[in-house]
Amino acid sequence: MHPAFSVIFFTVASGAGYGLFILMALAYLLGFVDFDKGSILTGGLLSLALISAGLLSSTLHLANPKNAWRAFFRFKTSWLAREGVFAVLFYPVALLFLLGVWVNTDKPDYNGLVAVLGLAALALALATLFSTGMIYGCLKTIRQWNTALTPTNYILLGLATGSILFVLVLVLNAKPVIPIASLSVALIILAAISKAIYYIWIATVTGPTINTATGFTRAQVRLLDTGHTAGTFLTQEFSYFAPARLRLMLRVVVFVAGFFLPVFCVGLLALGLKGSWLAVLAILAAFAGITAERWLFFAEARHVIRLYHGAQHT
Amino acid sequence: MKLGLVIDLDVCVGCHGCAVSCKQWNTSGTTGPLTDYRPYGEDPSGVWFNRIRSYEVGEYPRNKTINFPMSCMHCEQADCVDVCPTGASYKRKEDGVVLIDQDKCMGCNYCSWACPYGARELDRSSGTMKKCTLCIDRIYDERLDEYDRQPSCVITCPAHARHFGDFDDPESKVSQLVRERGGYTLMPELGYNPTNRYLPPRVTRLIPTDDVSKKSLISSVKEWVNKAITR
Repeated sequence: MHPAFSVIFFTVASGAGYGLFILMALAYLLGFVDFDKGSILTGGLLSLALISAGLLSSTLHLANPKNAWRAFFRFKTSWLAREGVFAVLFYPVALLFLLGVWVNTDKPDYNGLVAVLGLAALALALATLFSTGMIYGCLKTIRQWNTALTPTNYILLGLATGSILFVLVLVLNAKPVIPIASLSVALIILAAISKAIYYIWIATVTGPTINTATGFTRAQVRLLDTGHTAGTFLTQEFSYFAPARLRLMLRVVVFVAGFFLPVFCVGLLALGLKGSWLAVLAILAAFAGITAERWLFFAEARHVIRLYHGAQHT
Repeated sequence: MKLGLVIDLDVCVGCHGCAVSCKQWNTSGTTGPLTDYRPYGEDPSGVWFNRIRSYEVGEYPRNKTINFPMSCMHCEQADCVDVCPTGASYKRKEDGVVLIDQDKCMGCNYCSWACPYGARELDRSSGTMKKCTLCIDRIYDERLDEYDRQPSCVITCPAHARHFGDFDDPESKVSQLVRERGGYTLMPELGYNPTNRYLPPRVTRLIPTDDVSKKSLISSVKEWVNKAITR
């Protein structure tokens, strides 16, 4: 698949934003973090900024953006429509929750209402992340995506990058960081394991072949001619497949920058070391690593239309 | 009604006549134009509803060239319609034809990802997705003669490799052809349940090659010289 950078930026940025918001709301509601107005508002605004930047970027890949407002209409069947609806519903609920936190810290009279708003915002954020994963996961045409591991990875990577952002927010506001840093290490390791399982899973060749695509299942089939002399929409959109060396190199980037470095830095913070640079380094490395991961997610996906252009298997 | 096409792979000669005729009719049809990019440039490209590829099946001497026209299969389980977030893509209840409302499409490409047959192509100038309409602006036009109320590709095919009809009617020509010739669908394992069927090539006798006379020394040398010398 052709990797579209607008979509890669969207899923990385808004994934981290939703992850940060989910963990922050959870931490606030369960009360296991020493919060003040400053840190929750910094965190809330940071997550909303990331989500908004991502959503705006996602409209860049539309060829006819003037009809983008119609994208909420097929909620019943389309995961893309569901993602849009959840993402838009998230805003007012999240803003009301942050407002509630802002008002409530001085005179805690509205705990129940704030808790309900927090839970609703959390559920909507989780639903949006799940829908983003399912946009890819529901496609039967791309077997590398058509797995429960796809939405699992989107949610886990969102939570992992969000947790590093949370650590950063706490460090910058000079708050106790050890509980969230420990949680962050656990989440990053969980995401790394899930991604490793995904890479092992896609290594096995299964699914349609050039034989089932043409119906000639009892003989060898070989492409003679594609019928066009230059590229078509189909070759431009679906033909790209990253070369083996590049894929290997990027997988190293994913695991070193995306998982190992953040675990190392956040782990030192969890062990009680001080230094905001550790959190900054962790988030920069994580964003670089997860961007590589997202790029590979597209560049390693082999759409079945490639069979008609001569590929022997998907 | 379940309208669709039957394509006879035994007689298709790969002339691309169906694709050209399709382009000619549909570029001024309901979802036209079918834009061309750089038509006189080095890498001409553009929107087509129908594409023909050629394959070699089997190994010499038991091999055969198969020309393979592909357009929208008007699937019964049309995932392209389900994934469309705007409602621009729809499948008509009355005849099963899958269409795109050009006024609603936002050009997100998602439906083309969901289509395993490459039937959907984005028109980069209008920014909307386009696809085979089964000549919807022609098959119901009562001003045309009855023979002309068929998709453009079917009428134009010089080898009569394409047939159009109602698959719900067991006595229609397409149903009969599928029954008699073992018409099959592409990639049935994906579960899209396409309407269009392909008729496999008939099994023919092997053309003997043992009676071909061996090359003489002179002709071998001539052949070698012809290959070795380039202009």
